[in-house]
Amino acid sequence: MAKKIYEKYEDKLPLKIIEEVKSEIPKKTKASIIKKILDDVYKEFKQSSLEPGESIGIISAESIGEPSTQMTLNTFHFAGVAEMNVTVGLPRIIEILDGRKTIKTPTMEIYLKKPYSEGKEIKKIAKSIKQTTIQDYVEEISVEITESKIKIKLDKEILKEGVVDEKKILSLLKKKAKGYNVKQDRKELLVIPKDEDKNIGEIYRMKEKIKEIYVTGVKDVTQVLPVKRKGEFMIITSGNNLKDVLKLDFVDKTRTRSNDIYEIRKILGIEAARQVIINEVFKVIENQGLNVDIRHIMLVADTMTASGKIRGITRYGIISEKSSVLARAAFETPMKHLINASLIGELDDLNSVIENVMLNQPVPAGTGMPTLVTKK
Amino acid sequence: MKTDYIFKKVNKIKFGVISPKMVKKMASAKIVTPELYDKEGYPVDGGLMDTRLGVIDPGLKCKTCGSKLKECIGHFGYIELARPIIHVEFTKNILYILRSICRECGRIKLEEKEIENKLKKINKIGKVKGEKAKRKRIRELIKKLRKVKKCPHCEAKIEKIKLEKPYTYFEDGKRLNPIEIRTRLEKIPDDDIILFGLNPDVVRPEWMILTLMAIPPVTMRPSITLESGERSEDDLTHKLGDVVRINQRLFENINAGAPEIIIEDLWDLLQYHVTTFFDNQISQLPPARHRSGQPLKTIRERIKSKQGRIRLNLAGKRTNFSSRTVISPDSMIALDEVGVPKVVAMKLTIPVRVNDWNQKYLKKFVERGPKKYPGANYVVRPDGKKKKITDETKEQLLEEFQPGYFVERHLLDGDVAVFNRQPSLHRMSMMCHKIKVLPYKTFRLNPAVCAPYNADFDGDEMNLHIPQSEEAQAEAEILLEVRNQLISPRYGLGIVACNQDAISGNYLLTKELELSREEAVQLLSTIGVENFSDLPKKKKVTGQEVFSQIIPNDFNFFGKTKSGEEVVIKKGLLTKGYMDSANLGSGSGLLIRNLHKKYGATEALNILGLMFRLGIKVLLNYGFTTGLSDTDLSKDKKKKIDDILEQSRKNVSDLITSYKENKLEALPGRTIKQTLELRILETLNKARNDCGRVVSKSLSQKSHTLLMAKSGARGNIINLAQMASCVGQQAMRGNRIQKGYKDRTLSCFAPNDLKSDAHGFIGRGFKQGLKPSEFFFMAMTGRDSLMDTALRTPKSGYLYRRLANALQDIKVEYDGTVRNSSKEIIQFRFGEDGLDVSKTQGGKINIKKIVKSHIK
Repeated sequence: MAKKIYEKYEDKLPLKIIEEVKSEIPKKTKASIIKKILDDVYKEFKQSSLEPGESIGIISAESIGEPSTQMTLNTFHFAGVAEMNVTVGLPRIIEILDGRKTIKTPTMEIYLKKPYSEGKEIKKIAKSIKQTTIQDYVEEISVEITESKIKIKLDKEILKEGVVDEKKILSLLKKKAKGYNVKQDRKELLVIPKDEDKNIGEIYRMKEKIKEIYVTGVKDVTQVLPVKRKGEFMIITSGNNLKDVLKLDFVDKTRTRSNDIYEIRKILGIEAARQVIINEVFKVIENQGLNVDIRHIMLVADTMTASGKIRGITRYGIISEKSSVLARAAFETPMKHLINASLIGELDDLNSVIENVMLNQPVPAGTGMPTLVTKK
Repeated sequence: MKTDYIFKKVNKIKFGVISPKMVKKMASAKIVTPELYDKEGYPVDGGLMDTRLGVIDPGLKCKTCGSKLKECIGHFGYIELARPIIHVEFTKNILYILRSICRECGRIKLEEKEIENKLKKINKIGKVKGEKAKRKRIRELIKKLRKVKKCPHCEAKIEKIKLEKPYTYFEDGKRLNPIEIRTRLEKIPDDDIILFGLNPDVVRPEWMILTLMAIPPVTMRPSITLESGERSEDDLTHKLGDVVRINQRLFENINAGAPEIIIEDLWDLLQYHVTTFFDNQISQLPPARHRSGQPLKTIRERIKSKQGRIRLNLAGKRTNFSSRTVISPDSMIALDEVGVPKVVAMKLTIPVRVNDWNQKYLKKFVERGPKKYPGANYVVRPDGKKKKITDETKEQLLEEFQPGYFVERHLLDGDVAVFNRQPSLHRMSMMCHKIKVLPYKTFRLNPAVCAPYNADFDGDEMNLHIPQSEEAQAEAEILLEVRNQLISPRYGLGIVACNQDAISGNYLLTKELELSREEAVQLLSTIGVENFSDLPKKKKVTGQEVFSQIIPNDFNFFGKTKSGEEVVIKKGLLTKGYMDSANLGSGSGLLIRNLHKKYGATEALNILGLMFRLGIKVLLNYGFTTGLSDTDLSKDKKKKIDDILEQSRKNVSDLITSYKENKLEALPGRTIKQTLELRILETLNKARNDCGRVVSKSLSQKSHTLLMAKSGARGNIINLAQMASCVGQQAMRGNRIQKGYKDRTLSCFAPNDLKSDAHGFIGRGFKQGLKPSEFFFMAMTGRDSLMDTALRTPKSGYLYRRLANALQDIKVEYDGTVRNSSKEIIQFRFGEDGLDVSKTQGGKINIKKIVKSHIK
C-alpha cells in the first residue's frame, strides 16, 4: 500500500528526496499520513525550486569564484598525516577547471577486494603495483670508457626477493638494447656495442636508457602507499594508469579511481569524468574549510562535459564556443574573434548577457526575459 | 525626462568585410590633403578635420547633417590609395588563399567533382559541429592544397608562395606586389571562396587588399585644446595624416613618371603607415611614435585588452547619481537602512513626476531650492529641457510649474538606494538599502551587514547608487533588498548575521547573566522592544528569559552550540543551552535560517536586528574589556606548561638521536629524513595543542578574552595559548623552516642542528616575549603568508573572470532545464533536483521537520 503511494510521487519528486522520506518515516505509519507527508514535502519542494529565468550560471560562478579568493595557494600538507603529496587549494581547482591534459600530481585510490581489503599481504600487493625499472635491481651501472661498454652490477639482495631473476633482466636487456650485445659475466652484465667505434656520448645515453627499462608493476605508478581508511585497507599511488590497474584481479573495480579527468573519460566515459570533476573540486573546497553547495560545482562540471568532450573554462574551451561574437570578443583576443566573424559573415543574435549590456538593452534573463505579445 | 520606452531594439548584428564600394557609399567626404586647419584655425576642406566628417568644435555646424556638437555622431570619409595596400589583419588569410589557387586561372586547385564533395562535407561539419570545427577542417584542406604542384583546371605550374612577415609575399623567390595579388584574388569565382571558409555574401578576397580606405569620423578622434591654446591631435589623426601625406606624394610621383625605385619605396612607406594605422604592435615592425617617443595608440590598441573599448566602455558603464565615501558603523539603524550624510542627500536626486495630487507637495521642494534640505535641484520640462533651480530661475519655474513636469528632489528617508563595496564578488555585494539621512560625512551601516560586503571600518569606502526610474526602484526593492539576500545562494544559510560583540553579548546574556526586572525592561526598551507582558513577573529574570523576548512565541528550535551542547527553544522560550557563534554567526547554524523560513524575510530581518542590538547593549551595561592580565597563568600551571615543552624537546632530541643512529623506521612512501621531519612536527604540534588545553582550563573563566574565544565572537583557544604560553611551530610550505645559511637556518645555531629551536619552534608566548631568532622566524612565515596572498589574488581573480564569462548566460528556462545562450541543454534540472540553494536549508529540504509535524 505504502509502496504505491511512493510510486505516485516518483515523477513529481526527485528519487533522493523520496528515499529520504522513506528513511525518516517510521515503519508502521498509516498510508494516509504518508500521503499527507509526501504532499507537504512536494509543496515544500515546489516552493524551494528555482524559478524560470534565474541566472543560475552566474550564481554558480559567484559561489565558486568568491571563496576561491580565500583559498591557499601553496601546496602544503598538515603534519602528522603521512599521506601522498597531492596538489590542493587553488592550483588544483585551476588545474581541473582549465581541463589540463597533464596534471601536476596524478594519483589513484585503489580499493581492494576481500580478503586483501582486510590487510592480507597488503605490502606485497602494493609493491607489485609499483613500477620498477632496471635501475631498481641494480647495485651499480657504469660506463667503462676505456673499453667502451656498459657494466651492470645487479643487486643480489633485491633479486633474492624473487620478483625478478637475472634471466629476465638479461632477456629484457637483449630486447631493448638494440645494436648492442649483452653478455653475462661472473658478477656483472656487460652491454657491448656491436659497432666498435661507437662514441662515448651514445653509449652514455644508452646507459641512461637502460636504467629506465620497465621490468615489473604497473607502468607510470612511481609510488605506492598502503593506508587504512574507514577500517579498510587500500592503496594510494602516485602516478596513474587506471587501465592497467583495473586489469589486476585483486582490485575492486567498482570503487578504484584516478584523479585524471582525461584518463577517466577515456576509460569510463564522460559521465564518470563529470563525476570526477565534481568530486575533485568538492574535495578541495571542503579541504579548505569552505562551504559551497555541490549543485554549483555540478553546473560547472556539466558545462565542461555537456558536449561529450572535456572542455576547459578557457578561451580555447567553453568560451570559444559561445554563440555570440561580441561575448567572445569581450572575454579575450577580441580582434581575432571580430575578424573571423567578419570573414564568414557571422550573425550575432544578441541572446546572451554581455552583448545586450554593450548595446544598453535589457538582458534576456530574469526580469528581462518575459515579453509582451500584442495583436496588431 | 523623455519617455523611456524603447522604440527600436537591435535584433541582430551581422559582421562582414567592408568593400571599396561600401567605403565610397558611406563616406561623405574625400580626403585629399594632409593639412588640418587653415591660417584662421578653421578645418580645411578635404583635410582630415573636414567639417563634413562631423564637428568637435562648439559653434561649428556639421556640413553633412547640419547638427551641432554632440548632436552629430560623425560621418566617415575616404581616401583613394595610389596603389593597393594589404590589410595587415588579413595577411594570413591572403597567404592561405594564394597557396590554394592557381596563379593563371584563379580556380582552387581541386577537380570540379572534388570541389563539390568538399563543399558538402565542410558545410555539414559547420552545421553539426560549429564554426570552430569547420575552421579546423578548412585549415587541413589548405595544408593539403599547398602541395598540389599543377592546376587541375588549366594545368599551369604552381610555384611555392611564402609570406615574409609582416606583409611581403614571395613567389618562388620573387616578390609579389599587391597589385598582382589583387588581380589573382579577383579571378577566384564565388563558389570557390566558400571552401576557404569565406562567405561570398559579405566578403570577396580582393577586399582584403585595400584600394580605398575609410577615414573614421572626427568625433572618434577629437583633438584636445591645451591650456596654451595649442591643439593637440589624437593619435589616429596623426597616423591618418601620415597616410594621406605619403599617399599624395605617391600620386604625384606616379603622375610625374618618377623612377620605379622611388615609387616602390613610397609604396612600402605607405604600406607601413596604413599597417600601423590598424595595428601598432606588430613585432616585426617598429611602432610609430610620437615626437616624445611614446608609441601611438591606433585602432587595434583601442579595442583590445582591459583598457580597450570593449572591456572598459562597452562591457562596463559609468553612472551618474552615485556617491562614494568612508563607511562607519551604526547599530541603531535597521539592517536594511543606510545612513546618508545630508550633503550627499542634497546632491543626489530622484525625479518625481508632477501630477494633480502631489503638485502642492512638490512645489514646496522647488520653493526650498537646492540649498535648503529637503529641496530640489532641477525641474525638467515635459520637452526634456532641464532647468537648474537658482534664486534667479526659481520664480519663473514656480510659475510655470504644472503636472507633467518632473522635479529632481533631494533624497528623503525611505528612498531606495543600491549600496555596494568592491570587490563585488557575489550578488550580496550590491544590496538595496532604505535611505536614512543623518548628520556628518560618512555612510552609516549596521555592522550586521558587514559580512556580505566583507566590510570593516578601518577606512573602507563604499558606493551608493540611486535608481532613477520607477521600474529601477521597484526592481531594486524587490530583487536587491537586504531582506531578500539574507540567505546566501552559495550554501543556503544565513550570511547576514550577528558578529563579534553581538555574539559575545548574547553568549554572556544567555549563559551567565541574571538581571533585575527593571534592568531587563531597560535593556529591552533600548533595543526597541515595546511589549514586556511576556517577561516573567519576578524580581530577577535570567538572561535566557530576556533573550526569549525577541523570539516569536510560537517558535520551536532544536540545535547545538559550538561545543556540542543542546540548545532548545520551546514556544519562543530558550529553555536549554545558550547562544554562541554556531547559532548566531554568519554561515552557520539553522536558528536564523529557521526564523527566516517560518516568519519570512521581513520578520527575520527584524529579529536579527533586535538580537544584534541586544548583544551590544548587554555588553554596554555589563562592561566588556580585554587586557594583559586575561592571559595570566598561575605558577603551577606555568610549571605544567614548561614541563610539556621540556618533554617535547626531549622527545624531539630522542627522535634525532634515533635518526642519527639509523634506528628510525621510515614511514611508507617517505625517506627517513622526511619521516624524521614529520615526526618532529607531530610532536611539536602536539605540545602546542597540549599547552592550549592547559591554558583554556587554567585561565580565569570570567576572563573576557577567553569568553570571546569560547563564544566564537573572535579568536580561538590557540590564539590564547599563543599569548599565554607557546606560539608554536612556524611552518613554511608545510615544513619546518629550512632555509638560510649552509646547513643551518641562522648563524646562531650549530650546523646541522635538527633541534626544535633551530628550525622555527617558538616555545614561549607573546607575553613573555620572543628571542631574536624566534622573532626572525615569525617574520619569515609572516612574509611568506603575505606573499601567498599577493600571488593568490590575481590568480583567483582570473579564474573567477573565466568562470563568470563561461557561465554568465546559463539560465533556467521555462521548462526547468538549464541551458546556455545557444539553447543547448546543460542540465535537465539544476543540481539534479532543481532546488534553489538560497531557498533550501543548507542545501536540503528539511524533511525531518515535515515528518515530525505529522507524526508526534
